[in-house]
Amino acid sequence: MAKYAPVRGVEEPRAVDATDVGERLYVASQWQLMWWRFRKHRLAMAAGAVVALFYLVAIGADFVATTDPSLSDARRSLMPPQRIYLFEGWRFRPHVYAVTGKRDLRTFKRVYTTDPSKKIPVQFFARGFSYTFLGLFPTDRHLLGVGEGYEAAQTLFMLGTDVQGRDLWSRLLFATRISMSIGLVGVALSLFLGILLGGLSGYYGGFVDGLIQRFIEILRSIPTIPLWMGLAAALPRDWSILQIYFAITIIISLVGWTELARVVRGRFLALREEDFIVSARLVGCSQMRIIFVHMVPSFLSHIIAATTLALPAMIISETSLSFLGLGLRPPAVSWGVLLQQAQNVQTVALSPWLMLPAIPVIIAVLAFNFLGDGLRDAADPYGQ
Amino acid sequence: MFGYILRRLLIAMGTVWMISMIAFAIIQLPPGDYVTSYIAQLMATGTLVTQEEAENLRIQYGLHQPLYAQYARWVWLMMQGNFGVSMEWQRPVLEVIGDRLLLTALLAFAAVIFTWILAIPIGIYSAVRQYSIGDYIFTFIGFIGLAVPSFLLALVVMYLTFAYFGASIGGLFSTEYLDAPWSLARVWDLCKHLWVPALILGTAGTAQLVRILRANLLDELRKPYVVTARAKGLSELRTILKYPVRVALNPFISTIGYTLPFLVSGSIIVSIVLSLPTVGPLLLKALIAQDMFLAGTIVLLLGLMTVIGTLISDILLVWIDPRIRLEE
Repeated sequence: MAKYAPVRGVEEPRAVDATDVGERLYVASQWQLMWWRFRKHRLAMAAGAVVALFYLVAIGADFVATTDPSLSDARRSLMPPQRIYLFEGWRFRPHVYAVTGKRDLRTFKRVYTTDPSKKIPVQFFARGFSYTFLGLFPTDRHLLGVGEGYEAAQTLFMLGTDVQGRDLWSRLLFATRISMSIGLVGVALSLFLGILLGGLSGYYGGFVDGLIQRFIEILRSIPTIPLWMGLAAALPRDWSILQIYFAITIIISLVGWTELARVVRGRFLALREEDFIVSARLVGCSQMRIIFVHMVPSFLSHIIAATTLALPAMIISETSLSFLGLGLRPPAVSWGVLLQQAQNVQTVALSPWLMLPAIPVIIAVLAFNFLGDGLRDAADPYGQ
Repeated sequence: MFGYILRRLLIAMGTVWMISMIAFAIIQLPPGDYVTSYIAQLMATGTLVTQEEAENLRIQYGLHQPLYAQYARWVWLMMQGNFGVSMEWQRPVLEVIGDRLLLTALLAFAAVIFTWILAIPIGIYSAVRQYSIGDYIFTFIGFIGLAVPSFLLALVVMYLTFAYFGASIGGLFSTEYLDAPWSLARVWDLCKHLWVPALILGTAGTAQLVRILRANLLDELRKPYVVTARAKGLSELRTILKYPVRVALNPFISTIGYTLPFLVSGSIIVSIVLSLPTVGPLLLKALIAQDMFLAGTIVLLLGLMTVIGTLISDILLVWIDPRIRLEE
């Protein structure tokens, strides 16, 4: 009489087709449900694509760059962005005009004039400076470059140059690598602290919980920027770039973990009294097993969402510190280091393209926020 | 109620204690101590200092004692109003800071006020006209406001005013009032300059509050008492303003505690970009010159200011929210 009383799990497996939505919902795994819910969030999907693009650029920075980011040339100081012409007559043949710089003897500013008669072809997969792609194999092919017989370092400046004549486009790409990765490292550290302290707080409750919660409350009521400035300024001047990089991430994540700890604690408190945890305890599972096999998987999605939402704050913090000259120091390039050149109004008024590194900061922060919002909604696919 | 205030006071004291430890750490972190830099300064002017004299100086400043004793001494001296001497300025730290701390507090306060003036009407509008074009526009602007760090906003605003109006918006006073003593005219001049940085600083907070107010008000508007009020013939404006808005406004006070540290942080970096005469630029200069007594004191005073502000908002909350007042 299976026809009248279909029992879950005993039922014969059926091919699931797209029209049978109810059936699909019935058999879908938790992660599948989350994915379906996330997919409905169009903005979050788009933001996810943007974030992925940023990380791709970060990984392949040297491939996308046109010139060596540290190559300076006084004769190319503060050159405005070049316009790329896509068509020559009716044919698709991207090119830029050659630019010559001269010093204006009255104002002592360098003035650049374009020479429309000299066209320099712009090509995909052109040859440029040599590097090792992904650290694996050496090559000199780049996504964009100038045609055979020309050198990109002399001719192609898509976003202009800085005071020392370095190509802003290439520097921006390398900065993306550092700024995006510093967010990840910082978040990893915060995650560790957040899960440890939030977990302790939520699992044990009582006195431990009270103590940790008061500590978090105190940390959150301290203004962060002056604190970070003080700590960052105390870093020894003779440290290497790598040391400074890690010191800065540690300083930033010292405060960043509180929000993550709050989320973890909330989840622990909610799960502690759930039936499946109680039964696991009654069956005699060890505490470690309960935490890592039963609890963590069921709130992993929430942690992922909270982590994504914590990333933009990390990026902004690093940018702010470097912008003030207290974070990463040249020759390291991050978005903040690049923006440092746009600090005073005179420079910005004369060469506004130096403010361009602000755009990726804003886009990255927005994308992470939208993605995080979408993930947070999807993290609990059973609601509503 | 007293339990609540007492708990808040205890947390405030804990915070002050932690901030003082951090400030002390900032003073201690750089290599060398006060005497090392003092001697370096004397040497630079041509005065010779013997080893013995240096030792005597160290004893005089208590630098031979263990760290915890130095910390206690530092706190004790501060309680008597002695914050140490700024290395760079050769003047007592408090004198160097002067009324910059007051201006920082004013800036943060003005930002809070601006946040409210903007957020309350926008939040009400967005909730009452949910999914209208205006709601979408404000939501979009709000997202941008949340994403753009205040110093970038300051940079862009500064560039635009410079490029299109030829004016610099930096500073908090007109030139004639720059060093003038405080007077009514100077206060008025300050008010005329203060709103631009306050607006820049308040943008992110405004965006956040609009979202909170909108969500709260939407919850309230669906409740039966609103329907009752409407059924009884109350005008729409009165219905909304008299009850649901009042309930939804509660988080405005309670979030000051969270927004204030954020605003003080932001004010530092915005002040540096706009070169405002607050403690921001002073702190940066002190840190770069390794003038640690000045820097540590500024960090401490900023923290203290934030704690006091938060405490005031907590007490305001008791006054406004009867649920806390009547709590045991």
